[in-house]
Amino acid sequence: MTQTPKTSRRRLLKSAGAGALLAASPLIGRFASAQSSAPIKIGFQQHSTGIGAAYGRWYGRTTDAAVKMINDAGGINGRPVEIIAEDDGTDPKRGAEVVEKFSNQHGCDVAFGTLFSHVVIGSAPAAGEQKIPYFVVSEGHHVASGALNRYTLQPGITDVKSQVQAMAPYVSENLGKKVTMIFPDFAFGHDHRDFFTAAIEAQGGEVLEHIAVPPAETSFTKYFPKIPRETEVLYHVMVGPAVLTFVKELGEFFGPSSPAIFGFIDSLEAVDLASPGLEFLEGTYFWEGNPRYAQADQTEYDQAFRAAVGVDDNGASVSDPSDVSTYAHMFGCWETLNIIKAGMEASDYQSAADRQKLIEAVEAMTEMPESMQHPQGPKLFNGKTHQVFGVQYISRVENGRLVKVHTTSIEDTLYPDEVDYTTQSF
Amino acid sequence: MSLDTRSVTLHLGLIAALIVLGFVLPTYHQGNLARILVLATYAVGYNVLFGYTGLLSLGHAMFFAAGMYGCGLAMHLGGVTVIPALVIGLICAAALSAVVALLALRTIGVAFMIVTLMFAQSVYLTALYLGEWTGGDEGFVIAQASRQIAGYALTDPLTRYYAALSLFAIALLITARMMQMSFGRVLIGVRENEERTRMLGYDVFRHKLAAVVISGTIAGAAGAGYAVLFGYVGATFASVQYSIFPLLWVLLGGMGTTIGPLVGVAFMFYLIDYASGITNAYMLIAGAVLVLLTLFARAGIVGEIRNRWAPWLP
Repeated sequence: MTQTPKTSRRRLLKSAGAGALLAASPLIGRFASAQSSAPIKIGFQQHSTGIGAAYGRWYGRTTDAAVKMINDAGGINGRPVEIIAEDDGTDPKRGAEVVEKFSNQHGCDVAFGTLFSHVVIGSAPAAGEQKIPYFVVSEGHHVASGALNRYTLQPGITDVKSQVQAMAPYVSENLGKKVTMIFPDFAFGHDHRDFFTAAIEAQGGEVLEHIAVPPAETSFTKYFPKIPRETEVLYHVMVGPAVLTFVKELGEFFGPSSPAIFGFIDSLEAVDLASPGLEFLEGTYFWEGNPRYAQADQTEYDQAFRAAVGVDDNGASVSDPSDVSTYAHMFGCWETLNIIKAGMEASDYQSAADRQKLIEAVEAMTEMPESMQHPQGPKLFNGKTHQVFGVQYISRVENGRLVKVHTTSIEDTLYPDEVDYTTQSF
Repeated sequence: MSLDTRSVTLHLGLIAALIVLGFVLPTYHQGNLARILVLATYAVGYNVLFGYTGLLSLGHAMFFAAGMYGCGLAMHLGGVTVIPALVIGLICAAALSAVVALLALRTIGVAFMIVTLMFAQSVYLTALYLGEWTGGDEGFVIAQASRQIAGYALTDPLTRYYAALSLFAIALLITARMMQMSFGRVLIGVRENEERTRMLGYDVFRHKLAAVVISGTIAGAAGAGYAVLFGYVGATFASVQYSIFPLLWVLLGGMGTTIGPLVGVAFMFYLIDYASGITNAYMLIAGAVLVLLTLFARAGIVGEIRNRWAPWLP
């Protein structure tokens, strides 16, 4: 007995699907050369909630912009890129769960994206166990210190050790050699304390006083009398919601006669410099990973990067001037995604079976010239330590804007290798 | 069937079901369940104090962290192997819980909550201050190669799952048995009417002291288990939110029920996991569900089942 074909809902849906595919044929054509047109899935571990939410929001926008650029140019190995974002809650436990979810649930090819060091360190064991390449955009020293594993790489943003070390020559030559440091009394602050103290001593300077502020502190007035009178430079790296109070109280303490003040913009990422209480920052200096304000010598790459992400010349969203970006860090997502693309193309990446080839291809990278793929500046990747090195910027607050006054060399940021991940087996 | 037989059947049946699940679950859910079992062990410990003894601690993260750091540091800095490290973790948690109990049990009610919260905050800050060894807020990784027992790598998903299940099963069976013994009955007596229990001639302070130590040690076992099974130790686990979590899990699952902690942890884990796939405001969904549960299932999921259909549930 033969069955007469009849129109069923399933058949109708199949036909409609085929029609939709035909309609999308120009898109297919663009990716036609690939052995598989299935998308490359990149798991994006995003700080959507928790203390890192402001970073997560801008990391997300930068990631979307980078993926659009990559896909508009034909994707990776002829395949479109698909971002699978999962919120890690800025929590190391959830971070590890998210990495496992990328690998076992979503079938991602690689994982990328997270900033906060404790999330990176908490997630890295899961990446190593799942054998999924984990590209972090954290600036922590954890990767280069050898604390993690071969599957964890940081090729798109420099680490805090190199950043801090590169500041010392400028500080000692232009601001002063007698430094007092105020820092939060936890790992982030301790990194600055240890790395900068060593770096300024190497320049012939000294740290007169280390003032550690407990993490839960909400008022800082009682710490300021500890600043020695002979201090020439005050180095501060306070972070978190109390930073506005810190700056305000610092201004009230010193009045118009303060030592030179140098800080890391981490304190004020996503914070408008025009916020009440920040007037005291006028004339002070900041490290910037990437200048928030468009500079007079702005490169065409920075201009295009801003336009793609939707950032105006003041470092804020083009649609909302009060939505200030995390400009000193978020370029790392853009550059990391371009490195993933370059690594996948160099290793002819086709599937998860090629993950080791991908890591080896990234490990083989060295110089990364300033370009549309690297708009922050030129970089040098160290395949042994899985860490990239690049230029750093020092800016001065002038008329409420950060004006770049110095660009370090890459050499200023280099330090001896502390690990060789390439000797570890996969 | 007697109550005891039903209880034994329930607990052994649950463990048997979890053994089978280890083989049939997809890798992702197998990994999730391993985490759930470790956290449920923590909740089981919390339930001994809160659910059965009626003492609401807001500082149990310190016991979880004591086990975690005791075990993790022994492996990371001391090069100790897994089993001795787990024992060190247990000793640390037991010692800390004994000290805290001796001091905190001088207070009752809200004061007990505040004192435990303050002790936990001290432990959290200590972990930050001793960053040179603990890694502070960043924490540290336990080397993958060292996480093995008798040649079995705890990084293998199936091995890890059964190690987590073993930990949970031991905690579950100990507490289930304990609540059938006179010691457990006295704890419930303390919860229901402390003065009356005292007048009946029981040493209430000693029972409460033992409850804190047992509860803290089980929480510490979970912390040590997390360190060796998932390879990370960090101050986040000593923070206040990790003191609130077990309270939430036990309330959700059913305080004073033996399997409630597992149900509470699993429910909360998957609620967040699925809701986060729908919206970034997943905590809003979680909050709404928790409000609804509080309104319509005040005794928690298992507690409500016990109240409505199965009064024999232990």
